[in-house]
Amino acid sequence: MKIIIHNIDFSYNGSPVLKDINCCIEKGDFVALVGPNGSGKSTLIKCMNGILKPNIGAVKVDDKNLPPPGELAKNMAYVPQSENRKIGLSVFDTVLLGRKPYITWKPDNHDLEVTAGVLKTLHLELIAMKDISKLSGGQQQTVFIGRALAQEPSVLLLDEPTANLDIKHQIEVMELLKSLSEKGITIIIALHDINMAVRYAEKILMLKAGEIFTYGSKETITRENIENLYDIKIQLIRNQGNIFIIPDGIHPDKK
Amino acid sequence: MPESLVLQYKKNIERRIIFILSVIILLFVVAIVSIVSGSAEIGLGELWKLITGKASNFTSQIIVNIRLPRIVGGILAGTALAVSGAVIQSLLRNPLASPFTLGISGASAFGAAFAVIVLGAGSSYTGSNDMIHINHPALVTCSAFSWSLISVFVILALSKYKGATPEVIILSGIIISSLFGAGISAMQYFADSVQLATIVFWTFGDLGRGMWRDSLILGIVLVPLLVYFFLKRWDYKSLQSGDEHAKSLGVNVIRIRLTGMVAASLATAVVVSFYGIIAFVGLVVPHIIRRIIGNDEQFLIPASALFGGMFLLFSDTLARTVIAPVILPVGILTSFIGAPLFLFLLIKGVGKSPWR
Repeated sequence: MKIIIHNIDFSYNGSPVLKDINCCIEKGDFVALVGPNGSGKSTLIKCMNGILKPNIGAVKVDDKNLPPPGELAKNMAYVPQSENRKIGLSVFDTVLLGRKPYITWKPDNHDLEVTAGVLKTLHLELIAMKDISKLSGGQQQTVFIGRALAQEPSVLLLDEPTANLDIKHQIEVMELLKSLSEKGITIIIALHDINMAVRYAEKILMLKAGEIFTYGSKETITRENIENLYDIKIQLIRNQGNIFIIPDGIHPDKK
Repeated sequence: MPESLVLQYKKNIERRIIFILSVIILLFVVAIVSIVSGSAEIGLGELWKLITGKASNFTSQIIVNIRLPRIVGGILAGTALAVSGAVIQSLLRNPLASPFTLGISGASAFGAAFAVIVLGAGSSYTGSNDMIHINHPALVTCSAFSWSLISVFVILALSKYKGATPEVIILSGIIISSLFGAGISAMQYFADSVQLATIVFWTFGDLGRGMWRDSLILGIVLVPLLVYFFLKRWDYKSLQSGDEHAKSLGVNVIRIRLTGMVAASLATAVVVSFYGIIAFVGLVVPHIIRRIIGNDEQFLIPASALFGGMFLLFSDTLARTVIAPVILPVGILTSFIGAPLFLFLLIKGVGKSPWR
């Protein structure tokens, strides 16, 4: 599924959040959206899956307009930034909820098997019948990604899935996304941690004040770009094909 | 390995279905107990005679015209209130929500009294109970429903504000209740003695005044609503993880919430029109069910509906027999049970753990 974002403008209560966004995300891409707080990352993700309707412009998938939400949900899954984690459902029930777009009356055997398969892939079998509110933050996040995978999507949108996770769980989530990307699922992820973005994503979309600052492969990761994006000073180290970004203070002009 | 997980899940489902079947059996048992309880002594033998057509005229009169309308009305009213409570709690993701705590019942009671006193839906006659006879039950129900929508729209408007916590919504419900309570008081002040007795009737719930006609109307309204709620159970379940996620699963959040709230308030309004305010059933029953079989709306909705019917019938049977020959209005008993539970939920701090 190829996603084309065509001249999108979005404003909330009269104040512009996204301005003239144009970009194309190819099938199987792993794209990280990065940028300061309030730069429009979450809004852009929500526009992509139709949760928000842009004021101007349109999102197209495979050169067609977005299908109705129920149909889109069979191709595009979304993991929100914050959600109710105390819904009192078991891990199995939560992941099964991802089958909602396919369920007409009640879940059939195929729905249950897909759910069980997802739980197995994510190594959640042993806690499958536990209440999700009793799990650690990392496990909960894995369950929510599992719920999205139960939709059998070709595109996975994630809004800050590593927020509030310790470094080990952050790596687990990112490794999982990388392996999904290798299976051909398009991954679009909003991230605060620029090092994680650079380490795992193939393409980086930098957003600043609602506009695309840069969009492209890792060549766009330069010291100037990162410093101008966040108004900070950094050191950028390239070592054996890897890029490391070390913060070095606030930009003197922006203090 | 996937087979075993599927099997585990199916076993969990079976447990919930067995619970629902047990509630059906319990409902049946309570109904039998209720038929044979009361001041006129009617035993199981007499009930059997009625079924086989050999009962005396007196027995069949008591059972068919006095006890059965009350029993059927009680089951339907309990079902309506409990399922409305379960649906409203899911729609607003608010464990304290129910038709009573949101002021929907209070608004309906005002609407019903308004129809009788101001719109003239009843005619004054001095029967055995000094009540106004209701000539136009449809007008009373429509008025109750229309006024209940006011509280629904206020609650929905408030819940759109992101800062509105479950507690704020419930406080608004209490304010709405007080407002309509004041309206009822104002009507009482200007009412004559027969009108006064009629208005007071709506402020405490009593199944005793229900007739076959009322049960029939309630049944006709309730059955399609129950089917609707049951069909939408996956949408309600999707809402639990948040509006945005529900939207991404293809749920039309605004439409589902609006139609669900209106449907729940219609069910409540019909119950209040015929039986008055029966408090806390809509709050207590879904919580009991959540404790026993969990929060999955797939089972919560049918289980709440059945358990609600059983619960209200049981409460009414108790109210009829506990200090016999005095018959207590069931609303008093449900308040005695419900108010402490409401307090418990409030103290427990719903913000920290919404459902458990």
